[in-house]
Amino acid sequence: MNKEEIIEALKTIVEPYSEEVSALAHIDENTDFINDLKINSANLVDIVLDIEEKFNIEIDNDSMAKMLTVKATTEIIVQKLEAHAG
Amino acid sequence: MTTQEIIDKLPYGKSFLFVDELLHIDENGAKGTYTYAKDLPFYESHFKSYPVTPAVILTETMAQIGLVCLGIYLLENIETDQNISIAMTSNAIDFLKPVVPGEKVTITSEKVYFRFNKLSCKVKMENAAGEMVCKGNISGMLISKENG
Repeated sequence: MNKEEIIEALKTIVEPYSEEVSALAHIDENTDFINDLKINSANLVDIVLDIEEKFNIEIDNDSMAKMLTVKATTEIIVQKLEAHAG
Repeated sequence: MTTQEIIDKLPYGKSFLFVDELLHIDENGAKGTYTYAKDLPFYESHFKSYPVTPAVILTETMAQIGLVCLGIYLLENIETDQNISIAMTSNAIDFLKPVVPGEKVTITSEKVYFRFNKLSCKVKMENAAGEMVCKGNISGMLISKENG
């Protein structure tokens, strides 16, 4: 799965947790979950759990703390997928 | 940690404490009871001629026993000497039967997950006859604060 495909999958995951229609429509690497999509910390946990399920990976506390933007989240997913494959 | 120690750690004042007994607690869930005294102040107005326990109070009771008591227990196993605050972040509850003044209810919760300090529980409330009064899912964020 390449970066664009991951971002597309992320978009589908975060959509139910945000009311920010315009920010959702223009989601890209720089999108910030809290500032742009107005997602609270409780829903951020659900998003991370959805990511774990979708990509079949496990997110630890340190990674979770970094997953505040689409870019950081994508990097962590790529890294976990590679570790998984290796 | 005993069930009494958990009750003592609850952050509610007397007029907003909806936990009488904590019957059982382990890492997977909690069970406790509360009796709605006939003279609770909201019965006078909810409703004007027909006192029934407000759904928000039923929800609060489910959250205090099912989520907050369990959260205190779970956090205590992880860290000590910390003050705990818990914020309900979402709930979805079905209300099946009214609860009238004087009724004793039993709340049972089952942990769905506890990850990244978010606790999500399946919670049910039953009346003295063992009938389901309400049931649903309640989630909250558990925050450990430094002393003070």
